[in-house]
Amino acid sequence: MSTQDVEPLNVEQIREDFPILQREFDGNQVVYLDNAATTQTPEPVVDTICNYYRQTNANVHRGIHHLSQEASIAYEEAHDRLAEFVGASGEREEMVFTKGTTEALNLVAYAWGLNELSEGDEVVLTEMEHHSSLVTWQQIARKVGAEVRYVRVDDDGTLDVDHARELISEDTEMVSAVHVSNTLGAVNPVGELADLAHDHDALIFVDGAQAVPTRPVDVEDIDADFYAFSGHKMLGPTGVGGLYGKKHLLEEMEPFNYGGEMILRVTKEDATWNDLPWKFEAGTPLIAQGVALSAAADYLEDLGMDRVQAHEEEMAEYAYDRLTEFEDVTVYGPPGDDRSGLVSFTIDGVHAHDLASILNDHAVAIRAGHHCTQPLHEKLGVAATARASFYVYNTREEVDALIHAIDDARQIFA
Amino acid sequence: MGTGSDMYRQQILEHYRNPRNYGEIEDPSFTHEGENPMCGDEIAVDVVLADDDETIEQVAFRGDGCAISQASASMFTEHVQGKTVDELMELDRDDAMDLLGVDISPMRVKCAVLAEKVAQDGAKIHRGELDVDKTTTED
Repeated sequence: MSTQDVEPLNVEQIREDFPILQREFDGNQVVYLDNAATTQTPEPVVDTICNYYRQTNANVHRGIHHLSQEASIAYEEAHDRLAEFVGASGEREEMVFTKGTTEALNLVAYAWGLNELSEGDEVVLTEMEHHSSLVTWQQIARKVGAEVRYVRVDDDGTLDVDHARELISEDTEMVSAVHVSNTLGAVNPVGELADLAHDHDALIFVDGAQAVPTRPVDVEDIDADFYAFSGHKMLGPTGVGGLYGKKHLLEEMEPFNYGGEMILRVTKEDATWNDLPWKFEAGTPLIAQGVALSAAADYLEDLGMDRVQAHEEEMAEYAYDRLTEFEDVTVYGPPGDDRSGLVSFTIDGVHAHDLASILNDHAVAIRAGHHCTQPLHEKLGVAATARASFYVYNTREEVDALIHAIDDARQIFA
Repeated sequence: MGTGSDMYRQQILEHYRNPRNYGEIEDPSFTHEGENPMCGDEIAVDVVLADDDETIEQVAFRGDGCAISQASASMFTEHVQGKTVDELMELDRDDAMDLLGVDISPMRVKCAVLAEKVAQDGAKIHRGELDVDKTTTED
């Protein structure tokens, strides 16, 4: 995708939908650059949540009354909406709502992994996996005696695809890879990894937590077997995310949670499972959140995901260029024109947490820590990095504010 | 609530740049280490007790981490010199804040209390009241 070919986002107009961006702390207007952690929620999505509770709220699938019917339809259609948003042609049957990416990973690791993996099998991850994938597969593999192997990250912060080619073998049953690294900003060739996995009769799970919010995603084009994302990182509410799964795989899989809603028929001795996706949504689901997530997808689609991606790339490139002007700043990950909208960095002599505290004094909100990628940080040789991450409402002026605050921190510690 | 500029007053930065009692003591009465796993702050504390096995005669620390954790450790070593182990045990998070002389944001409190906690755990181990290899701060 070339960033030059699309019309730029009207950021000024977008910002009007986000009153939180007007908040001030000690006279400074907030500069919110922690979007890889969570994005802000635009008025149309907030309105959807409010209107749902004001007008439609009821439990789904069990009521014969009007409200329950309306809530059920809205909730079901939200599944179709998100399936379409990520390019799944199977509509709701291929879109399970979960608490988020972490729960989606756990769902597959438990429901598929515990049953399908056994001793001698291998699960191939990347060194840039988020803990949500890394810890989940590590622990499930331990339970079944399978082995976890890691595709190397090169010194330039990109995935070593040749190494993936070496690692993925006949013993590989699952490849689980992050689409966009939440620490490096690297965009991984997940389509290529999917082909490698399928060549060896393995499945691929793609963690799209940082990808679905930031670029057009087509799960069928990637040929992902599973693909997960989180609503709150794409203008939606917390507590909801999506798991795409190929229909035949979801059909073959055992349920993850048992209870109401996920059953068809229950006797004292046995039970049969409900249709997809409800088989994986035990209990009263996240109805209001799901409906609101659908509104978030509408909002993003109105902006145009190609334009969102172009804006992300522009912000990242500008931040990368400004940060690398400082000799004592190290920026991690691939160079400025080849990354998603985030930059992780360290400053010589200033600990990331000290930096975050000083930036907070300027009302500049960034994240400092290991960003749930401790093994990657170990490889980078740092305990913590600072990370600025951008979204549709961020401006170049806000990057300038970040740079100004960083300069203040450098002087305090000079 | 203190803001960033308050948090990084000259005194704190001065202790960070020139930590007091930094290093190792040969043959200490007890030594102990700890970390904030979320931050990566690490502190090791050596303590020499007087013949009464009660009075703190000498303290040293070494470590790596943010300015708050390292400056707090430096100030802490000065503060406890000459105190008794019982007095050490009575110190709490407010004492660590008082030493720093600033209010610090809630997420950073664990940085400020690390040295104190490490020394207290070291003393407990010395007295046979605790059995851990390493102190870690919660959350």
